[in-house]
Amino acid sequence: MSSHNLTRAALRSEGLPRRRAKNRAMEALAWLAAAVAMGLLVLVVWSVARRGWSELNLDLITKTPASGFLATGKQGLANAFAGTLVIVAVATLMALPTGILVAVYLNEFAPAAVRGAVSVALDVLNGVPAIVIGIFVYGLFVLGHGQSALAGSFALAVIMLPLVARSTMEVLALVPSSLREASLALGIPRWRTTLSVVLPQTVGGIVTGTTLAVARAAGETAPLLFTSSIVGTQLHWNPHHALQSVPVAIFELSESPDPQDHARAWAAALILLLFSLFASLGGRWLATRSRRRIATSR
Amino acid sequence: MSAAGITPDATRRPFAGRRVRFGDLALQGVAGAAAAAATGLVGLIAWKLIEGAWPSITKFGVHFVTRVAWNPVIGKEAFGAASFLFGTAVTSLIALALAAPLAIGVALFLTELAPRALRAPVTALVETLAAIPSVVIGLWGIYVLGPILRDHVEPSLHSALGFIPLFGPPSSSGSSIFTAIVVLTIMILPIVASITRELFLGVPREQKEGALALGTTRWEMVRGVMFPYARGGIAAALILGLGRAVGEAIAVTQVIGGGVFIHWNLFDTGDTLASKIAASYQGAATNLEVASLVYLALILLVFSLLANLSAQWVVRRVGRRQGIGLNRGGAG
Repeated sequence: MSSHNLTRAALRSEGLPRRRAKNRAMEALAWLAAAVAMGLLVLVVWSVARRGWSELNLDLITKTPASGFLATGKQGLANAFAGTLVIVAVATLMALPTGILVAVYLNEFAPAAVRGAVSVALDVLNGVPAIVIGIFVYGLFVLGHGQSALAGSFALAVIMLPLVARSTMEVLALVPSSLREASLALGIPRWRTTLSVVLPQTVGGIVTGTTLAVARAAGETAPLLFTSSIVGTQLHWNPHHALQSVPVAIFELSESPDPQDHARAWAAALILLLFSLFASLGGRWLATRSRRRIATSR
Repeated sequence: MSAAGITPDATRRPFAGRRVRFGDLALQGVAGAAAAAATGLVGLIAWKLIEGAWPSITKFGVHFVTRVAWNPVIGKEAFGAASFLFGTAVTSLIALALAAPLAIGVALFLTELAPRALRAPVTALVETLAAIPSVVIGLWGIYVLGPILRDHVEPSLHSALGFIPLFGPPSSSGSSIFTAIVVLTIMILPIVASITRELFLGVPREQKEGALALGTTRWEMVRGVMFPYARGGIAAALILGLGRAVGEAIAVTQVIGGGVFIHWNLFDTGDTLASKIAASYQGAATNLEVASLVYLALILLVFSLLANLSAQWVVRRVGRRQGIGLNRGGAG
């Protein structure tokens, strides 16, 4: 129906019962779509929780998987949790300062043309599939040198960088220019204005962006498959060696024929899921809060 | 990227009519280097993939994309991407077709229908759906979704619509292209829904109320005012969703089952570009096989670049006309 016909029909109240029925049907479909989306979320969370809950115990994070076929006794995934901690922490150390600097450059220094080009590059980087980044880091670091947790961290940092940079840019843009001008007018050099007047205003936004990026990175499997997956069962902390990680452990256990492995996969999945959900919801809550605070301080 | 233009030009040029300070130069230099490095990463990724795929590119050339083969046995080595391209196209396009109406429905619910008290929580929950790690969705796909589809959905679809080649006999394992499609639908639904919601929120209130004041029903207002207004943005959101579906490796490789053949039966196993790469992470035997896997990744990269740039182009074109800002939330 073109908008012209629509207007005519509306003005003359033509076929009103039929149009009302159609409206009601469409509204019902939209309600249904929302119910389906909510249902899917509940279904996934509930089935992971139901299967993972019974296996959730302290052994999971304190004991390592036993090696060999005749292994008995309680087994855990301590090596995977330690590895994820190391890999994600190092990735954050790489991505956080770089991302903030990129945002500072784009918002405070860059000419408009450069800003546009770099923003496009960041968006493109954000759209590169995680598995492709894994293959890239494999070619960059792993070929010839072997796998390492550092290579895995670099791969995760590539994924985190655009997220941190974009969220920092968003809050930098909210900092009122009167604040910069006031500082500059006091004779404070531009670099000090940026570092000690502008950036402190954006801490909330940076924390938010980092939280969301960490939540995303901690759950990524694909970048680690080719960079930090060939591991033993011992507990290690050294990032120069390949370290097991929670997502890769879930991935491997999920394809194992042993039902005991599935049980541990569900328990690890429950922990990972809860972490991702809380970090993501928490990040969003922080985002609205910090945005509101900057907006009211204006 | 939104309101970066509020800094006046005068404060943007630090050195205009002033002596150059070392600190200013240093900060600008370091920050500029970081920005250059981030931009250079895209080029470095492309270069490394071309370099890694080079043995396969020189051996198979462009015929790689039209050949159905994956034989790593030394002496009989033959590699081709055609079956994976086919699998990628089938899974992601059908997933997009399923996710698009759902996502638009969710966005309409969140902007027009939901009681005020429900809007914020349901919006947060929809975005939470995007935060579920793909390996968790994959695990759920293997042991919960797969069996449900195999035992209940696939047999009934097969018996009712079996004359259509798409709905052939179900595979016994529960791994199937159809399972992968459902998993991908779940993964792209929140992305498309949250972008579409923002677009709908941007529709001017006067236009919506104007239509309603003329006596249109709510649905007629949606069709006559909101859809035309948000059309370009929704197209961009769908392109981004497609890019996400094409690039998803882990969850798909967990549920799709594998195999190097082209067939139309959705209930049989298959492979996509991304799932093939993920499935081979420990097994690549020869240099040529590794190079061919990198070739697959290169095809994925080219596709993701095209998808992303075209989405940005659509947004920019539409945005200039209507002042829409398109903010990609969550996982991209």
